[in-house]
Amino acid sequence: VKFLDEFRDPQLVEHLLEQIRRAADAPVTFMEVCGTHTMAIHRSGLRTVLPEQIRLISGPGCPVCVTPNRVFDTAIAYARLPDVTLATYGDMVRVPGSSTTLEAVGGDVRVVYSVDQAVQLAAEDPRRRLVFLGVGFETTAPACANAVATAQAKGIDNFYVLSAHKRIVPAMLALAADDLKLDGFLCPGHVSAVIGSRPYAPVCQQAHVPCVVAGFEPADILMAILMLLRQCRDGRAEVQIQYRRVVRPEGNPRAQAVMDRVFAPCDSQWRGLGGIPLSGMAVREASAAHDAERRIQADVEPTREAAGCICGQILKGTRQPADCPLFADACTPETPVGPCMVSSEGTCAAHYAYEAIPGHPRRPKVGRAGRWQGRGGKRFNGENR
Amino acid sequence: MCVAVPVKLVDVQGSAAVGEVGGARVSVNLDLLGEATTGQYVLVHAGYAIERLDAEQAERTLAALREAGLA
Repeated sequence: VKFLDEFRDPQLVEHLLEQIRRAADAPVTFMEVCGTHTMAIHRSGLRTVLPEQIRLISGPGCPVCVTPNRVFDTAIAYARLPDVTLATYGDMVRVPGSSTTLEAVGGDVRVVYSVDQAVQLAAEDPRRRLVFLGVGFETTAPACANAVATAQAKGIDNFYVLSAHKRIVPAMLALAADDLKLDGFLCPGHVSAVIGSRPYAPVCQQAHVPCVVAGFEPADILMAILMLLRQCRDGRAEVQIQYRRVVRPEGNPRAQAVMDRVFAPCDSQWRGLGGIPLSGMAVREASAAHDAERRIQADVEPTREAAGCICGQILKGTRQPADCPLFADACTPETPVGPCMVSSEGTCAAHYAYEAIPGHPRRPKVGRAGRWQGRGGKRFNGENR
Repeated sequence: MCVAVPVKLVDVQGSAAVGEVGGARVSVNLDLLGEATTGQYVLVHAGYAIERLDAEQAERTLAALREAGLA
């Protein structure tokens, strides 16, 4: 596929690795903020070939994972209402809430690939209320905002949004101020396609952590790591764009406009990170007629957390999946306990699929350490599962 | 979740388009781009084109990568 294959060229990757090996002269910790990066890094086997000096930790950039139980419980309460159809993206239906999942609740729950399908469902049956559980960062939120605007314009009054959307920069600021001692952020490429590179400036200025907006192919990720290493060497903390074929400093103004018209920043709870000021997106007053929380009453059960699950700490980067007593034992992709194992981009799911697990007979999908095997050719199909 | 794929637009009708990726056809909502033309590559996430792909920038990045240093 054009624009992908060129950035998987094994010679190019080897060349970049050579430069990284030369540049990595001190231990550094970089955080890849985005779940799609986490998956790409594991799938391509890059973790096994990077010098030991470079520690990559996964951040809170899996929207499914950072959504707290309360949101799932609310969606489940809506799904229990006899005249409600609940629609959402694939992974969301499998995440355990306090007592059950959307998949198991028995209501009319639909998995959609695009929010437009949810609007279509609402239009097809005006007697039912259609609640779309909207989740995702700024990559995904504009589509949901556009759907609300479309429903408003077309008079599709039975379309409602339960907004669990999140803004990534406030979470990065919270992490940068934490005691993780981060030396750099690999910034999410597709969030940045929408918001641009400028909103990361406070991360550099306030926390003095270098930021590089990175693409998702092996050569993209390695180039971004090299750019971070050079900023560290020079003592700089700047926002740079590696993913120039997609990301402009100003982002996509149309997508920003519709997102800002429908949603307003609000304080929001994150699994693991707790409450972060202005890190969520609430439906604005002007679109209140489509806000599920304002318009649909439901009996939400008291929130409970799964015993033993350390997803919260994994999302902060303070612990690794192997530290969890449930990992690969009580908690597997088939029987997930926490969201980091449910989402195909969750840190636990990525470790389970691609890393060797001590005492576990299953072989990881990535082979011998120390040599890049030209992986990355198989497209990850996270949206359609 | 933030997966997005480069899709070549093969048919554009207003804000609705059909795109092609790896031989498969997908429908693409162009509302977030404003306008796009047949033959153009766009980045598609959850059914929506979120940005155009800039072929010239892609070449520049590759050229910078192939030469010893970075841009």
